[in-house]
Amino acid sequence: MLYKETLHKLIELTDNKEVTPKDIYDSLLRRIKQKDTDINAYVSVFEEFAPNDKTGILRNIPITIKDNMHIKGKKTTCSSKILENYTAIFDATVVEKLKNEGSVFIGKTNLDEFAMGSSTETSYFGTTRNPWDLTKIPGGSSGGSAAAVASGEAICALGSDTGGSIRQPAALCGVVGLKPTYGRVSRYGLVAFASSLDQIGPITKDVEDAAILMNIISGKDPKDSTSADVAVDDFTKYLNTDISGMKIGVYDKVLQDCSSDVGKSMEESIDIFRRLGCELTSVDLPNAKYAVSDYYIIAPAEASSNLERYDGVKYGFRADNYENLKDMYIKTRSQGFGTEVKRRIMLGTYVLSSGYYDAYYLKAQKLRGLIKQDFDRAFEQFDVIIAPTTPTEAFGIGEKANNPLQMYLSDIFTIPASLAAIPAISIPNGISKNSLPLGLQIMANVFREDNIFKCASAYEKEFNIIKNLPLD
Amino acid sequence: MINEDDIRKIAALAMLEIEQDDIGKFTQQFGEILDYMKEIDNLDLSGQEAAFHITKLNNVFREDKTKESLDNETALSNAPESMEGAFKVPRVI
Repeated sequence: MLYKETLHKLIELTDNKEVTPKDIYDSLLRRIKQKDTDINAYVSVFEEFAPNDKTGILRNIPITIKDNMHIKGKKTTCSSKILENYTAIFDATVVEKLKNEGSVFIGKTNLDEFAMGSSTETSYFGTTRNPWDLTKIPGGSSGGSAAAVASGEAICALGSDTGGSIRQPAALCGVVGLKPTYGRVSRYGLVAFASSLDQIGPITKDVEDAAILMNIISGKDPKDSTSADVAVDDFTKYLNTDISGMKIGVYDKVLQDCSSDVGKSMEESIDIFRRLGCELTSVDLPNAKYAVSDYYIIAPAEASSNLERYDGVKYGFRADNYENLKDMYIKTRSQGFGTEVKRRIMLGTYVLSSGYYDAYYLKAQKLRGLIKQDFDRAFEQFDVIIAPTTPTEAFGIGEKANNPLQMYLSDIFTIPASLAAIPAISIPNGISKNSLPLGLQIMANVFREDNIFKCASAYEKEFNIIKNLPLD
Repeated sequence: MINEDDIRKIAALAMLEIEQDDIGKFTQQFGEILDYMKEIDNLDLSGQEAAFHITKLNNVFREDKTKESLDNETALSNAPESMEGAFKVPRVI
C-alpha cells in the first residue's frame, strides 16, 4: 500500500529502513497495472527500476513527469502524433535537478496535445479519466499527472501550467497543484507552447510535498534566459506557521459565475481563514474579467510561432506522400497535429496577421499590462488573494469537446494569475454533492510563494480531503 | 464576420490543410470565439503600454565562448531522414 503515501512520508520510511525504494517502485507498478487501463493517466511506464546512485533528499523515490518534459533516452510525445516517436536527447533542467537529488522516474503522463486543452481529451493517445468518476474529465492539460497522483498511480508529479494546466486538473482531481512565479523554474527541456506563460510546477497529495519539490526545481538556469535570478528559499520553513493577521483579498465577484457547490465551499473557506485569525476583505480586479479573451489571443499567437518547428525535417513525424518540400510541410503538419492544435495555430496566425495585429495582438498585450496592474494594486493591500480554482466540478467526457469556447471558459479563474505571471496554488476545498472534488486557489505577488505556502499549509491542517482520495 | 475563404487563407499561412468537411465547423467556431473577444473592443487602452515582457526582464547576455554541444549523430537521431551527417529534405531546385 506504499503507493498511497505522500513523498515526505516515504522519505521518512526509507530513512528508517522500513521500506526500500524498490518496494515503493513495485507497489506503484502494481497500482498502475491495476488502474491505468481505466484511467489512462500514463503515456509510457518504465517497467524497470533503475536506481540512481546520487545521494539526495529524494532517496530513489519515483517521480512522475508530464510527457512534455524531456528525460534523456525516453520518449517525449506531448501526446501528439507528430512526436509519437521522438526520443529525448537531453534532460530538462527540472529532470536533471530531480536526478541530482536522487530521484528515479516511473513514467510520463498524458496531456492535452501540446498542453492545449482543459480536459486531456485532445490527447492523441486517448482521454484520461477522472479517478473519482470515470465518466468525468480529469481537467487539463496536466490531467494525466493529476489523475495519477489522485489515484495512487504516482507518489507525486510535475505538470506544466500555461493558463491553468496544473491548477485546474489538481482541483478537479482533489490534489494540490502549484504554478510558481513566471521565471521561478527553468523551462529548459519543456516543450514550448506559449513562452511568456509556460511554467513547470508540482502536483502532489499535500502541501508539504509541493514545498519539497519546489525546493529542488526552483532557481536560475543559464540554459533558460527567462529564469529569474532570485534567491531560492527553503519553502518547507513556511509550513505549519501561524497565519493570524494575514491579509486576504477575496475575489468574490466571480462567485456569480460558479455552481452552488463552489459558492458554498468558498463561504466555508472564508470561515476557516477567519477562524485562523486572518483579515478577509473583498477585492476587485476590474480587468480580470477580460482574461479569457486576452489569453486566447496571446497564447495561440505564441503557439503559432513555437509550433512552426514541426516541419517533418529535424524530428518527429513526416508524411509519406508529397509532391515537393512545401507539400511535405503541409501534409506533415496536417496529418501530425490534432484538431485543437490546428485551431490554436490558426487563431494565432490570424491575430498576428497583417491588418489584425493592432486590433488583437497589440491590444491584448496592453490589456495584459492592465490585468497585471490590477494585481499590483491589490498586493499593496493583501498578502494573498483567494478565489475558486474552477467555476464548477469536473464536467463529463465529451460534454465540451465540440465547443471550444465553452472549453476555454472553464479556465476563467486560473488565467488571470498566468497573465500576471504571479504564483498560484490550488488546494482541495471540499466535495460537491455529486461526490467530486473542488479546489481553492491562493494567489500571491511575484516571488511570494512563501505566502502561498504559509496560507495553504495552515488551511490544509484545518481542512483537507486526503482521506477521501480514490486510493482503494 | 469570418468566412470560409478566410479560414482557408489562414490555414494556408499556417502551412495547414483543413478538410473540406471541417471548414464549416472551423468557420463557425472561429466566429464564436472572435465574437466573444469583442468584449475588449471598447476598452480604452490608448495610454497603456504593451506588456511584451511581463516580468520586465532585460536582455540576458552570456560570454561568447564555445561550449560542449550535441554531436552530429545525436542531433540527427530523431530526423525522419538524414544523409551524410545532414537532414535530408525533398529536392528544392
